[in-house]
Amino acid sequence: MDYMSIIVIILAVLLILAAFFVIRSKDLVAAVVASAVVSLISSIYFYILQAPDVALTEAAIGVALTTIFFMITIRKTRRDEE
Amino acid sequence: MRKILAVFFIGVFGYYMLAILMDFPFGIDHLNPGLAGAYLKDTVSKTGAVNVVTSIIVNYRGFDTLGEVTVLFLAATGMSALLYDGKTMNRSRQNASVIVKAGSRLLFPLIIILGAYVFIHGHLTPGGGFQGGAIIASGFLLMFISYRNYHVSHRILSNVESTAGSVFVVLGLLGLLYGATFLENIMPLGIPNKLFSGGLIPLIYIAVGFKVGAELTALLDTMLKTVK
Amino acid sequence: MVYYIASLSLILIGLYGVLVKKNLIKIVLSLSLINAGIHILLIAIGYIDGRTAPIFSTPELRPEQMVDPVPQALVLTAIVIGLAITALALTIVIRLYDHHKTLDVSKIRELKW
Repeated sequence: MDYMSIIVIILAVLLILAAFFVIRSKDLVAAVVASAVVSLISSIYFYILQAPDVALTEAAIGVALTTIFFMITIRKTRRDEE
Repeated sequence: MRKILAVFFIGVFGYYMLAILMDFPFGIDHLNPGLAGAYLKDTVSKTGAVNVVTSIIVNYRGFDTLGEVTVLFLAATGMSALLYDGKTMNRSRQNASVIVKAGSRLLFPLIIILGAYVFIHGHLTPGGGFQGGAIIASGFLLMFISYRNYHVSHRILSNVESTAGSVFVVLGLLGLLYGATFLENIMPLGIPNKLFSGGLIPLIYIAVGFKVGAELTALLDTMLKTVK
Repeated sequence: MVYYIASLSLILIGLYGVLVKKNLIKIVLSLSLINAGIHILLIAIGYIDGRTAPIFSTPELRPEQMVDPVPQALVLTAIVIGLAITALALTIVIRLYDHHKTLDVSKIRELKW
């Protein structure tokens, strides 16, 4: 077990926990922030898997722009899951 | 009942997905020598670009990228058509604090320069038009959320967008005029790893960068303006 | 192997959300989870142990030292299209909320066939 595989396993656990939180959370803002965490960890994964182009795209689009679109939608509708 | 059915379905689906993935062990070379091998072998000599992913996106599969840009444009048009209700609203709520305002004014030019760097150097380093455009749009987003009455002109944005889209199509038609196929690389290839190399690739990626940046900024502005 | 398991569980969790959840924003979030899972899966299939990114930044690099570039180009396209789809879906969600004043799909009766 080198350091890299330990980091990858920790990130995988965080990724799955964040995905569960997206589905379970009653507060939509918290769910959207958790989905930004999923995007961030997948961006780190792309960098580890030797795909820097994709990592840059995911960091710019998945983390920033998608999150803000969800936030605007929640602001315009309602925050709690009925 | 619904949940049990869903879990059952997901279990079956996951089992078969895992069974299929067992045929593709992780980290083993199952690269297609005919396609991926040819891309890796010929990219530098045939297109002049060093970044193989960029040369696939802009050169080998340039027509796909034109379609992709069109899909993005159609999504932006559809969003504006759905959200427009005849009255423009200004986002006048409470202002952000002085620190946020001063910081974002300081960061905004740096973010724009980073985005321009990313799409100009798309054929040399990781990055390209889509990434650079998204970075520029997030710079504008920073200004939108810190200055409540920050305002971009939609006329300028749509002019930039349509000019960049036309440049892409015209560069493709030049290939048809002076070469054999649409989007053929007709310009001199130059020396690899220099800024002026790769023929049409940097020109097309700069056009894509302007188009994506303008489009995403217009999208953000449309969505933020209609927030109650 | 860890990548396969992580991406597969993202896909399955997203699928569960699409099938079970009734809130429209939750459904769009689940769709974006499926999206992220598929991206990781494709990149992980293209990865080859001990090789580097497909960029010839120094002349010494040989094509035999690089990972598969085709899935990377594919995923790059898919991420941008995914943003366009998410934005359009969220716009439709906003309009549905304006019309029906609810985000619960089971209460929006006219949508059912």
